[in-house]
Amino acid sequence: MSDAVTASVGAPSTRSRPLPPMAMLAELTHRCPLACPYCSNPIDLTKANEELATEEWIGVFEQAAHLGVLHLHLSGGEPAARRDLVELTQAAVSFGLYSNLITSGVGLTEARINSLADVGLDHIQLSIQGVSPEGADRIGGYKGGYERKIAVARWTTDAGIPLTLNAVCHRQNMSEIDAMIDLAIRLKARRIEVATVQFHGWAERNKAALMPTREQVERATEIVAEARVKYQGVLVIDYVPADYYSSYPKACMGGWGRVGLNVTPSGRVLPCHAAETIPGLSFETVRDRSLAEIWYEGEAFNAYRGEGWMPEPCRSCEHKKVDFGGCRCQAMALAGDARATDPVCIRSPLREHLTRETERLSATASAELVYRGR
Amino acid sequence: MTAQAPLISGSSVVKLARGVKLREDPVRGHVVLLAPERAMALDEIAVRIVRALDGERTLARIAADFAAEFEAPVAEIANDIEAFVRELSIRRMLEFVE
Repeated sequence: MSDAVTASVGAPSTRSRPLPPMAMLAELTHRCPLACPYCSNPIDLTKANEELATEEWIGVFEQAAHLGVLHLHLSGGEPAARRDLVELTQAAVSFGLYSNLITSGVGLTEARINSLADVGLDHIQLSIQGVSPEGADRIGGYKGGYERKIAVARWTTDAGIPLTLNAVCHRQNMSEIDAMIDLAIRLKARRIEVATVQFHGWAERNKAALMPTREQVERATEIVAEARVKYQGVLVIDYVPADYYSSYPKACMGGWGRVGLNVTPSGRVLPCHAAETIPGLSFETVRDRSLAEIWYEGEAFNAYRGEGWMPEPCRSCEHKKVDFGGCRCQAMALAGDARATDPVCIRSPLREHLTRETERLSATASAELVYRGR
Repeated sequence: MTAQAPLISGSSVVKLARGVKLREDPVRGHVVLLAPERAMALDEIAVRIVRALDGERTLARIAADFAAEFEAPVAEIANDIEAFVRELSIRRMLEFVE
């Protein structure tokens, strides 16, 4: 006891107090009419009767605003599956949070979008799975989805709400990136996210069917660079390149416990949406503890925060200031150790194996899609 | 597909687009400009410029008003304002009234 007191009083902690979070992803529900094979939701989906109630979510939003969160992403599943979406949005706006609805569009009507505009929703991010009804609906696993999305885009801009299209790209739709960018222009989006599939959640099960080829990835990078010049001042293009073909890992989440947090439908607070795939971490819920305590003191948040946890070659690498050691969940999935250097990194001993495996997967002739939740 | 970015000059009249918000950030003690997936911490001068983008005055008028207030050369101020407004425009943060 006295030793512990001496230790904590005697020397200042080497770990400085973390900065407050900038962004919070609220997974309002895991229910979704679509079944995208790359869904980032966990394999073990939360059931409707476990979801936080309206007042609980509103309490979480209020805590988030006090904690320093600026951007609130209302996500899912499909957030429109929550009947209280307008009420939740109104509450978020009242706390000064920048409210962003991340939606498939299915479940939104013109009247509902107008209600969201009336309560002050700041932005809608609409997913697209492709540029043709047949192709897009096959990937989304929902007939009529494409047509509904086109209508939702129109209702959104008619209501004056700024629109972003979100296109997850993979081997089966990567040849459509230029057409997706054109679609964004036609739908009057201000912004498009061209995001190469990340192999967590359901995507991990569909690696062979979704892994892009090296040629596709190189072409995609060229198309994005050209479109950024062509549409400067018209369309903002955010691009998440394929990290399996990169030399250094992505700065996953902007660093573990550094910029943002996720809250699952039942209120568990996670450093990222895939964090539950790391065994041995324990996650707390907003039903048991305040958001601030979980952010600053939670064991899971401090597990890979900063640089103290890093082994070599990360520890002495100058890139650690840029990529924060890459993705912990990817290290877990590919190296079997969440502390390992992200195997995407050219300094990882597993990189050569990953390159061969990536090429093998991308050359898989045909592979059945495993649909989310089906 | 054709789409043209607006040109910026002294005769431009602009305001923040819907979905772009200037707000106090009491936790960090500064003012931020918020847009989809973007948060820009602004210094005092930038805050003054953003607040002046009222959708009524031209950029030249705003520059002249600042020049009078701060007793500074108008050409320099106009350049600074246009450069800053160009950056905001590239990020699709502005609505062009004229």
